[in-house]
Amino acid sequence: MSVYDQIAEAQAAAVGEIEKTSDLESLKAIEPMLFGKKSTLGGLKRLMGEVDAQERADVGQALNEAQLFVRDAHEAAKKKFELSDRRAQLETERLDLTESLHVANRGHLHLVTQTMERLEDVFVGMGFTVSEGPQAETDWYNFEALNLPAAHPARSMFDTLYLDLGERTEIGDGEGGEATNILLRTHTSPVQVRVMESTAPPIYTVCPGRVFRRDTADASHMPVFHQIEGLVVDRGISLADLAGTLNEFTAAYFGGAISSRLRPSYFPFTEPSAEFDITCVICEGEGCQTCQRTGWIELGGCGMVHPNVLANCGVDSEEWTGFAFGFGIDRLALMRYGIKDLRDMYTNDVRFLEQF
Amino acid sequence: MKVLLSWLREFAPIEGDPYELADHMSDLGMAVEETRILNPLEGVVVARVADLRPHPKADRIQLVDVQIENGDPMQVCCGAFNMSVGDLIPFATIGTVMPDGMEISQRKMRGEMSNGMCCSAAELGLGSDHDGIMILPEHLETGAPLMQELGLVGDILWDLEINPNRPDAMSVAGVARDLAARLDVPFEIPEWKVPSSGAAEGLASIQIDDGVLCPRFTGRVLRGITVGKSPLWMQMRLTLLGMRPINSVVDVSNYVMLELGTPNHTYDLSLLPNGHIGVRRASDGESITTLDDQERMLQPNDGLIVNEADEPIGIAGVMGGASTEISDTTDSVLVELACWEPQSIARTSQRLGLRSEASARFERGTDWQINVTAVQRFCHLLNEVTPGGIEIVGEVLDVAGTTPDSISVPVRTSRISMLLGRDFSSEEIRNLLTPIGFDVENTDSQDVQLVKIPSFRPDTETETDIAEEVARHYGYGKLGTTIPRSPDAGHLSPQQKLRRVIRQVMTGAGLIEAMPNPFLAPDDITKAALIVEEPVRLLNPLAVEESVLRPSLLPGLLTAVAYNYSHRNMEAKLFETGPVFEASEDSSGLPLETEHLAALISNADAFAATSLLKDLASTLKLEFQLTNVDGLAGLHPTRGATINIGDIEVGSLGEVDPAVLRSYEIEDRCAWLNLRLDLVIEAAISVEGVSYQPVSTFPSSDVDLAFAVGEQVQASEIEMTLRKAAGEELQSLHLFDVFRSGQLDEGVRSLAFSMRLQAKDKTLTDEEVGVVRQRCIEAVENAHPASLRA
Repeated sequence: MSVYDQIAEAQAAAVGEIEKTSDLESLKAIEPMLFGKKSTLGGLKRLMGEVDAQERADVGQALNEAQLFVRDAHEAAKKKFELSDRRAQLETERLDLTESLHVANRGHLHLVTQTMERLEDVFVGMGFTVSEGPQAETDWYNFEALNLPAAHPARSMFDTLYLDLGERTEIGDGEGGEATNILLRTHTSPVQVRVMESTAPPIYTVCPGRVFRRDTADASHMPVFHQIEGLVVDRGISLADLAGTLNEFTAAYFGGAISSRLRPSYFPFTEPSAEFDITCVICEGEGCQTCQRTGWIELGGCGMVHPNVLANCGVDSEEWTGFAFGFGIDRLALMRYGIKDLRDMYTNDVRFLEQF
Repeated sequence: MKVLLSWLREFAPIEGDPYELADHMSDLGMAVEETRILNPLEGVVVARVADLRPHPKADRIQLVDVQIENGDPMQVCCGAFNMSVGDLIPFATIGTVMPDGMEISQRKMRGEMSNGMCCSAAELGLGSDHDGIMILPEHLETGAPLMQELGLVGDILWDLEINPNRPDAMSVAGVARDLAARLDVPFEIPEWKVPSSGAAEGLASIQIDDGVLCPRFTGRVLRGITVGKSPLWMQMRLTLLGMRPINSVVDVSNYVMLELGTPNHTYDLSLLPNGHIGVRRASDGESITTLDDQERMLQPNDGLIVNEADEPIGIAGVMGGASTEISDTTDSVLVELACWEPQSIARTSQRLGLRSEASARFERGTDWQINVTAVQRFCHLLNEVTPGGIEIVGEVLDVAGTTPDSISVPVRTSRISMLLGRDFSSEEIRNLLTPIGFDVENTDSQDVQLVKIPSFRPDTETETDIAEEVARHYGYGKLGTTIPRSPDAGHLSPQQKLRRVIRQVMTGAGLIEAMPNPFLAPDDITKAALIVEEPVRLLNPLAVEESVLRPSLLPGLLTAVAYNYSHRNMEAKLFETGPVFEASEDSSGLPLETEHLAALISNADAFAATSLLKDLASTLKLEFQLTNVDGLAGLHPTRGATINIGDIEVGSLGEVDPAVLRSYEIEDRCAWLNLRLDLVIEAAISVEGVSYQPVSTFPSSDVDLAFAVGEQVQASEIEMTLRKAAGEELQSLHLFDVFRSGQLDEGVRSLAFSMRLQAKDKTLTDEEVGVVRQRCIEAVENAHPASLRA
């Protein structure tokens, strides 16, 4: 047998071995027979010594070609086995992704908190800070400083809950001497007073929070509810500034289709005073049952801070003027989701709370 | 306040679309709550009651034969029994559509045919009287359309909401004045002339002892009174404006009050010795029997009207006395038209529970300068409505107390323009104010005008008040809008941001935010096994169940979980943030109010609470130390711990006491976490911005150690010892296994900790790791009743 025949035979034998393998494992097992010194082809290298010098290069080339051929055959077999292994693995790993057993367990913020945060965010975007204060207040902060002195007839607008402080309690309309009249704030306005007392203007702040009235709970009243009030005190602040600020807020919170308007009204703590209406969010001004066909719904009260209030807080009303506004948060939450009964928000039924 | 177009038009030629007029009134601050174009009520006619018979099969309805002109009587079933044979009544014929939309049809009621409906005033939309069928005056013609006969066709009724600062708008004339100014039409209150005879001298006298209480008292003597029915037109106007017609004298009195905003009163002159009336404040212990035959105890400062013997005969501005009440036999009266101190009327009427149309007007302050005009109007009307007229005796009696000074306010055009955000000229301001009764004069300064406040606007006192009048009549909506800008960027405070973060941690852990009632019943505190010496109580709670301000968030959340359990929502994982209250000796008198965070997780053991705390610690980068404490108030006596940040106790956690849960009918364990939110937030702020540790690039080594530890030692104590002993190479440490078994000694459990060690500057050798390991083991074994488990 010629040298070349021997090489061809060895190559054919190696390829034959590869063809007999059935998987990566058996392929790996025959690798010593295919490559290296101990393989048949490897063994044929000795032939190089047995041929003439001028033939040596040809034999070398023939050996190389045979080895490359075997390597390619091995590589092809390896690829084939890897592919079929992957196919087999994927098939066994097939999942029905709808078999998830996980039950969602993220919690929920209360609807009132969500609404309050949305409002705060809008005002922060408009350059306001957020101020807070105590829920139990003195008569001074809740009434007197706000131009509602003792026996002021407008005090009857607020059904006030008073605290029992034992001997220090004063009952009635704040006309007492030494005794203290402590109450649960009927609005967040006392926070405005505290801000003006402690901060030099310019002031741009909102006061969200819980307020209390001596009201029996029904579909639209709760003894405990939430308000947000805004206060701006700066040089040259005007009623037009109030209207512009409320417009900007209305568009930011409710969307561009909703605008606001002011109507004259009366509050002891503002002069001029106004009611603040917005385009009915249900019909967008067309007129519907919710807005009693007027196209408008009443949102809250506002006005220019009364000079007496500024004076009570140590602010010079000739140099500084300001406006204030306020409205209920609970009602906004009801409006947004079409909730019919305010009391539903306070049963703490998780089936209700989970929806927001 | 309700107003009728036809009545307004007696003061100003007001015309226009009813809804546009309503918009004007709303825009002037008299919000229109309802605009009603009076229903022509086609099909409702005047009919005569021809016969009344009992219904054979029903007690609550009777059979009425109704006759129109000379036609045959028609049988009607009727539920009212107030009419007599011969009365004229409104009768809705078959096919009539009533104001509420109901169509009248022929029908049988318990076997008897009913051919129409006899109507009450309320059913016709002519008032609130539901009690019986409306009885019409004799002179009407049967068969005539009712509304035409009443002169009401096409009239318009507006219901206005009047603010407390607008006493002037509590009258038809006042509303007309405001609206006329807006429409630029003339307005005038007529001078009603009445013929008088004789002299009042000696017949009546008025004496004011307290001029502050009574700034002005005007009266007049009238003779030849016959108390009868007032004319239908007057009855209709009163009814439509919400007052019930009574008799001619009372109706005239109410009519004048509605028209001019001046409440008034009449005394039977024969019951007034020498016709004398005095005005003073009550003294302690006095009492009076009022018109409604009630004995009323008086207090000092109540305004009082007294007779010659100084005996009370009326509570000023609130209610007259029974002793001088007008009766059917009254011939002579003294009319009172007085002004009263608003605060006094407010206090007295409120205390006695006698709030009325009159007190509502006096409380706001009535116009003291219209007294004589109003008395004249009273005389004029009573003369007109009394058949044969009355005798008006002598001159008007008019006594002044302390009348308010007439106020003139300097008003700067520049200031008004600045406040309203629009440049007004002085002339514009003048033109807006003059038609509503404010006289405006020039001054030496071009910027300043002197504005005289009319007596019917006692609410208006300052330049700022004038600014509101200018804005109101110019139109709030026409002022334009501008947006002021804060010089600083808007922001939440660090506390507010952290509160939001903490709430997010709670919801991230699957908790739902609840908002329980902050008011508790007194026994809620003991029901939740809390110990509170002196809870903060409400002085005037709505109910005793809501009479205590919460000293803890626990009772509220327990109630919320119990509510959910009773509705089969067993997955009640709730949290709340908010203040709790405790009594305080603070000089302000305010109770101590601290903000808490609490979580109540149903169907979970105490470790649900510790997990939650760990989540918070990780987010806020805080280290909380727990100390197991038996018997914390409200908590499971052997499953509770206090929470500290360093030396400061900031809360507690564990499980709710099983006995408490039973009293709330909650049948599962409940984990509980309570934190002083204010303290936690302050601590979190203090660690914000602490510098970070660069991540080491060298390999780390893990060491696991398990100890048998006596039950009296907290796992956290072992952890602390390990942490200290491991030194600066300790990268992390956590408890990864706890077990109790019979294989361990009695009173001992196994605690296994996993530590990861890593140096910043080198790879730790096996020897170095071994040294740390040994140091840790020795430290634990030396410090605690603990031994390494092999």
